[in-house]
Amino acid sequence: MSILIYLEPSGEGLKRSSYEAITAARSISGGAPIAGIIFNATEAQIVTAGAYGLASCQNVNGPEWQSFQNSAVAAAVSEAAAALNATTVLISATSTGKDIAPRVAIRLQAGLLPDCVELHGTSTALEAVRPVYAGKASIRVKTHTTVTVATLRPNVFTAREDAAANTSVTSFSPATDSSLRSATVTGINKNEGTLDVSEADIIVSGGRGLKGPENFHLVESLARSLGAAVGASRAVVDAGWRPHNEQVGQTGKTVSPTMYIACGISGAVQHLAGMSTSKIIVAINKDKEAPIFKVADYGIIGDVIEVLPRLTQKISSVTGRS
Amino acid sequence: MNILVCISQVPDTTTRVAVGTDGSSINPAGVKFILNPYDEFAIEEGLRLREKSGGTVTTVTVGPDTSKEVLRTALAMGSDTAVFVKDESRSDSFVVASSIADLAKEITPDVILFGRQSIDFDSFALPSMVGELLGWPNISMVSSLTIEGTQVSAERDIEGGKESVSATLPCVISAQKGLNDPRYPKLPDIMKAKSKPIADRVATVVEPRVVTLSMTLPVSKRLNNIMTDSDADIDQLVRLLHEEAKVI
Repeated sequence: MSILIYLEPSGEGLKRSSYEAITAARSISGGAPIAGIIFNATEAQIVTAGAYGLASCQNVNGPEWQSFQNSAVAAAVSEAAAALNATTVLISATSTGKDIAPRVAIRLQAGLLPDCVELHGTSTALEAVRPVYAGKASIRVKTHTTVTVATLRPNVFTAREDAAANTSVTSFSPATDSSLRSATVTGINKNEGTLDVSEADIIVSGGRGLKGPENFHLVESLARSLGAAVGASRAVVDAGWRPHNEQVGQTGKTVSPTMYIACGISGAVQHLAGMSTSKIIVAINKDKEAPIFKVADYGIIGDVIEVLPRLTQKISSVTGRS
Repeated sequence: MNILVCISQVPDTTTRVAVGTDGSSINPAGVKFILNPYDEFAIEEGLRLREKSGGTVTTVTVGPDTSKEVLRTALAMGSDTAVFVKDESRSDSFVVASSIADLAKEITPDVILFGRQSIDFDSFALPSMVGELLGWPNISMVSSLTIEGTQVSAERDIEGGKESVSATLPCVISAQKGLNDPRYPKLPDIMKAKSKPIADRVATVVEPRVVTLSMTLPVSKRLNNIMTDSDADIDQLVRLLHEEAKVI
């Protein structure tokens, strides 16, 4: 009986969502061991997870794993889960996590609980809460199966660095199956120099209230003063003011930053679906009836074009950034 | 090319959600149901593949009787045939994936297309599940797709950029917004679609693996501290973000 977590390397350590998954695993472990599986990581990257409570990790390395192959990765994760007798497999709902989790569930004859925002119970009797219908309702779900695969919405679970485990790292060579057909990643094109909304701690998003693309520099200035990523509403992306990769909402990206500042965004339900799990929401809008204020912790009723320069200046004086 | 497009019917996002009498699902009374918006990109891509390489487009949906409506839309857009898999129980994604995989085993498509997610449950589960059940590769969130012979090249959206992905047919693809511009069916096509046959099919009998225990509507725990745009209030906002929320 154990919990297996699919971990993803990033920078000197792991993705923050991986640390969040480890902390979430501790909350349901009931003392069961917490193990990880990772691909193409260094031992130095993996041992950073000890502070979060990861007891052991299987490291899969080799030239054949240099390009991400979803079916093969899912097969390897499933093999490790079976060998460990894992009753719960946790996977962050990142672009790769969402891709492999359903495959792992099929391989392990497990029920899949996607996009969880709360975990309850223990690894052998797991219940989860997840938003549905664009966040207009939540459901509490569980599986009928011996093994449960759950994906966790990034940035919702807190990553707690208060354990002192020494992660034991072992190298793992999955069985090769020559009949396995996998899609293979042949290249990655990162948007260099910009912080992506899906990985940002603070997001400043702009909408129609900015009146035109020429005023978006006001959003960018506020974002700079906070070290934040720039987001956009569907309306301004559809209008061609901003690129699609900045779009927050049901048809764009789902985000849960520490702070989300909505500038001149009315708060259509599709937009709220993508950001309503943010920890602190600030809204600036001249229409006091705008739905965005209903989900806001703090709001300013006013014209963004007039408010943003003043707000940016005052925030700069606190953060020292401009 | 033999193309299978999988679509679903979902509540319109602007619809009001109320909990049904069972306490674990939506009350359908008064809810406006629509074709899942991402599925329009999947249908359109299927039609374009057929226009380029020939073949047929079959569209399938799994759901209650009322969801047949979305198949009419697909037929009006140009789908050759439609298959309706009746499942009144609103089962989990495993039951739906199994039903689609079993249909695929019979009609042996070269490519199966989905929308990237259905906007009711946002599970992103079916494309990879069907891929795994069939032993096929899948590429999800595809914003650009080229198929030459059996070679598939695609671009998919990831955090902070795009991935180039390759695979071979048969293959499962899920469509991201931007893959194409879906066509609007013309009135004569809508009229013709009404009389096109829809093949009925029973759902695959497998046990659902997930059960919904309860559904609740969210209770807002937001502070709702709404201020004016005066200098004093903006100062106050910055102070609260710094001292109360501690986010700056």
